[in-house]
Parts: sequence; structure tokens; C-alpha cells
Amino acid sequence: MARKLKPKVAVWKFASCDGCQLSLLDCEDELLAVSQEIEIAHFPEASREVIKGPYDLSLVEGSITTPHDAERIHKIRRSSKSLITIGACATAGGIQALRNFKDVNEFVSIVYATPEYIDTLQKSTPISEHIKVDFELRGCPIDKMQLVEVISAFINGRKPNTPAHSTCIECKRRGTVCVMVAQGKMCMGPVTHAGCGALCPTYNRGCYGCFGPQETTNAGSLSSQLKRMGADDEEIVRTFRGFNAYAEPFRKESELHDKENH
Amino acid sequence: MTKKTIKVDYLARVEGEGGLYIKMKDDAVVDVKLKIFEPPRFFEGLLRGRDFKEAPDITARICGICPVAYQMSAVHAMENALGVSVDGPLRELRRLLYCGEWIESHTLHIYMLHAPDFLGYQSAIHMAKDHKGIVERGLKLKKAGNQIVSLLGGREIHPVNVRVGGFYKVFNKQEFEPLIESLKWAREAALETVRWAAQFPFPEFEQDYEFVALHHPEEYPFNEGRIVSNRGLDIDCSEYEDHFQETHVEHSNALHSGLKERGAYFVGPMARYSLNFDQLSPIAQEAALEAGLQKECRNPFKSIIIRSIEVLYACDEALRILQSYEKPERPYIEVEPAEGIGFSCTEAPRGILYHHYRLDEQGKILDAKIVPPTSQNQKTIEDDLWKFVPKHIHLSQEDLTWQCEQAIRNYDPCISCATHFLKLDIEHS
Repeated sequence: MARKLKPKVAVWKFASCDGCQLSLLDCEDELLAVSQEIEIAHFPEASREVIKGPYDLSLVEGSITTPHDAERIHKIRRSSKSLITIGACATAGGIQALRNFKDVNEFVSIVYATPEYIDTLQKSTPISEHIKVDFELRGCPIDKMQLVEVISAFINGRKPNTPAHSTCIECKRRGTVCVMVAQGKMCMGPVTHAGCGALCPTYNRGCYGCFGPQETTNAGSLSSQLKRMGADDEEIVRTFRGFNAYAEPFRKESELHDKENH
Repeated sequence: MTKKTIKVDYLARVEGEGGLYIKMKDDAVVDVKLKIFEPPRFFEGLLRGRDFKEAPDITARICGICPVAYQMSAVHAMENALGVSVDGPLRELRRLLYCGEWIESHTLHIYMLHAPDFLGYQSAIHMAKDHKGIVERGLKLKKAGNQIVSLLGGREIHPVNVRVGGFYKVFNKQEFEPLIESLKWAREAALETVRWAAQFPFPEFEQDYEFVALHHPEEYPFNEGRIVSNRGLDIDCSEYEDHFQETHVEHSNALHSGLKERGAYFVGPMARYSLNFDQLSPIAQEAALEAGLQKECRNPFKSIIIRSIEVLYACDEALRILQSYEKPERPYIEVEPAEGIGFSCTEAPRGILYHHYRLDEQGKILDAKIVPPTSQNQKTIEDDLWKFVPKHIHLSQEDLTWQCEQAIRNYDPCISCATHFLKLDIEHS
């Protein structure tokens, strides 16, 4: 029986650190096996070869920050049957979305050596603000085993198994003692999407929100708790303005505490 | 009169987005541009107003390939600003973490990005069809480096365990034991890698570079040392900006860096090796000489051998650290916020990475300046192409284009790193 054609997979980069696509190359034990099941048709970080679209699956890393990229993402969507965004930049605008909170007038007095060489948008935005996205994989960076799971789910035509509950649940499952309750450390675990395996609390520090907001986030409640622990508004703003600052629940919560908005 | 151009719209097997444009007239090169169109992310701007403790986590996001380098430069600069010195086993653990990153990052470049050029493959995955065992060795060696970073750092990319003053958590000697076994294998595999890479065909291309690297009298440099060159530069990190300057050119979203007095210079493994051969461990020195290298190397195509030697050194050094390791009494030294200015330079896999911060009395960042290795090498990469192309003009367009790409990949450029430093000075009036 003839083997069915392998799905054509493309990897695309926008404003980002390269770390999420690197996760694919960091699958040292799985990479060669994965490459047996898919045809890597466009992955410039790893290969000179460029196979023309259309593609069965596009993995998109990075946020939209330039007029050129805002156009490019539409072309990619048109040539992709399925499109999955990987990482906090692509799903929430990334750390570079901190610019989104600055007063426009402050940017008027930006001093470059030669500012006219630069073409940049005022905001860093997630891919889903521009096109329809079929699935969003969270994390700064993504978890590589979740990436393998997403690719494998795609090949097999099923829904990826990437739980949307909070990081708190992951701590409980691991049996990690709560760093906020027992050690008085600020922790974003109660509002943060699972995926990392609650890494930070196992390393004696509070979660800092790499995976962005969980489903049905109660950010206000966390802010009240942080206040009880002695945090001022500035600290609360900084806490929510990290690698997923522009994700709606975090954005709204930080704006409530940001004096510049009042 | 004939005109010819070499154009690579999107460079492959480099980290980040760049292209190449070379224009020739009658076999003479008239223009070379390494184009960097990676969108800027303005890290120096967005660091302003953040707490000094956040710098290692935020700057790590500049680069997914070398986050440890950013974390190391950030913590050392903050400790410099706040008058703290971290030594003993915590200092050793920082070297260990860096060993992990060098092994992981260099091996990625050797096996997956650079070797396919020498052997004529589009990628390591194509290469694996004919050389499966070799690619598997590369992946396993890379994994040995990642194992260090993920145990000590928490995960391979953007580790969570580094903090100003030390670490959040430190381990018992027994917890490190699994690393020792894998590193013993890795040291052998690194030695085989040196021998394998030394057999590749290398074009004759010896250049007269000014090498710039850290230099420490007693050790191969990671986190500490003076900035030296083979033309007499010998300065403390705090003097960096007196000697180096950045300029903004139209075709690149990364600032070009140059020595104020002499222009282009070279950072990275070949500079480090040539300025620090005597500091390598005996096994690494022997392997280098056996591979036919001198104590100094000036052919950038041979950087793949040098990277292999540095992987060997990093495995050897990691083993030394682990075998003499005693758990520190405390995971970190308490660091109190204060007004201050701090500088640091550490050796990222691709060369020196400079950080400079100014803090207010609450420890808030007022200014940040970061100069990554790739922006320092941009000018040198272009200079190489000016010289390389006329010598190989007889090649077909396709072969010449590929070789020009290879000449760029000699530097393992990390364009994602280099591009995030467009100066974003917000004037508060």
C-alpha cells in the first residue's frame, strides 16, 4: 500500500527571540522521528531548502510589529490549511508589547541616530489580532513536549491535550508546597495558564506568568492578595506587565493599578 | 562591462531574519550589505522603570539560543552596580551553567547549522539520511549541554533559577550525579567532533583581524576578565564605551559596532581561542594541536573546529566543577537596592556581551545599554565578503551564493540578538 503523503509543515518567524522555534530543535530525542512523519517544507532556521506552499500546517512564532509583517501574516494564512501560533509573542504580543502601554507623546521624542531608517508599528500585537488562528500554544518559551503533542495531534486529526487550568493545579499535582502561603512569596500561579509544570515554585520562587492568563482568570483577587502581602500599585503593574502583558486579563488588571491611566 | 549581483533574500540556518546583497562590476565587488530586517524590540527602552532584580529574566528574552549569556551579563552588571561580589561555589555554579549553554549552542551550530555547508546538505535533517550516526551524536551532545541548563536553570530556554546574588535554589552533590555520566560521554563525543570537523575542506582564507575577547589569567573566560585584543587593547569592562562605538546604518536594524580608533573587530570563539589558548585545559589544547591548529587561528571557516574545541573544554570544565562541587551554604547573597552604575561583559557563545545599567536609590533601572556579539561582528562579516567574493568569482552563481552564506554562518550570527538594540531614548522633559 502506498504510504500517504507526509503533511507539509512550515515555520515562520515574526518579532521574537527564536526560542520557541528552537524548541523544535531542542527535541533531541524526537527530532529525527518527527521529521519522518512530516515534511519540513519551510524552516529557515534549520534548512536552506524552501518548498513552495500551500502548507498543511504553519507554526508561527513572534508578534506583529511592522507594517511589512502585518501584510506578510495574511499571505502566510492564505497558504496554510492550519495555522498554530507558538509562544507568548505570537499569542499575546510578547515582552515587546510593553511599548503598547507608553504614551504616544513619549515616543515623539525618541532619539535614534537616524530614526527614518526604522519602520515600526506603535503596538506589538498577537497574530490573532490579524488573522484567524486555529490553535494557540502558550509559553515564554513554549514547552517542547507540548509542541510535540500539538504536532502529533495535528497529524492524527485530534484536539491537542494541553490543559487550560492554572499553574496552581500543577503545583498541587507535583506536591510542591505553596510558596505564597508558606513562604510569603508573590506568585502568579493562581492566574497563570498551566504548561510549564509549575517550574518556578519548585525552584523556590513565585511564578512570573510565562504562560499567560488561564481560562476564567480572577486577576483582581490576586491583586488584593498581593496588596495584603505589601505590594504597592507600581509593583502590581509590573507583576502583570511581563511576557504576556498585552493578554486581555493581565492588561486590564495592570491598567486598573496604573496611575498614568487615571 | 558585466554586472552581477548575489542576493539572498532570507538567510537560512542563522538565528533571526537577515539577507545578503552583493553587487559586482567586472568581477570587482562594488557593494556588500548584510541586511538585517529583523524587527526591533527596543529592550533598552522597555527595561527603563523595571526593578534591578527583573533584568536577568527580561534580558534572557532577547535570545532564545543564548539566554544564559544575557542572564549572566545582567546579574554581573547589577552586582557591579550594587557593590556585591559572588564567589566560591556560587561562582562555580555560574560557570557550570555557562558550560551548559556553550555546549548546547555550539553543538547546534556545528551539527545543524554549519556542518551541512561543508558536506553539501540543505540541513542536518537532509544530512541525517546519509550520516544518521553523526547527526545522532550531535543531538545527544547538544542534549548533554541542555541537561546542565535544565537541571541547574530549570529549563533549557529562558531558565528560571538565576537571580542577582546567585540562584533561587542550589542542589546537593548527589543531585548532580546524573550529569557526570552524561558529561563523560559528551567529552569523548566532543573529542570525536573535533577530529570530524578538522577533516572538512577549508578554503584558504587567513585574515588579519583584531580579535577582542575577555582574558582572565587563571581560567578560560566566561564571566570575568579584562577586555583585551591582539593589538594592545587591555581595559576593564567599565571602559568599554570609551573604546567602542555603535553606528546606525540604513540597511541594518542592528547597530554596527566598531573600535573608535581602528574600526572593525572580531569577537567569538576564534577570538577567544586565539587570545586564551594557554587557559584551555590540557585535553582541549592537545585536541587543538592534533587537529592541526596553531595557538592562533585566522581562518573563519575553521571556526567550526574551534567551536568543537570549546565544546570539549566546556565538557571538561563542567566535569571539573561537578567533581569538586560542595553545596553552597546559601543559594544567594542578599542584595539591597541602591543608586549605582554597573558594567559587565561576559563571553556569550558568539562573543562578548556587554551590559551597562544605571539604577536609582530604589533599584529601578534608569538606563540600560546592551551590546550583543553579533552586532559587533557585522562589519567584519561584510569585510570578509568583500575579500572572499573576488577570489571565488569563477564559481557558478549558485555555488558562490552558497559559499557567501557559509562565510556568514562562520560567525554563527544571532540576528535576533543583534536587532533589539536600536537606541530608544525617551527624553523626559
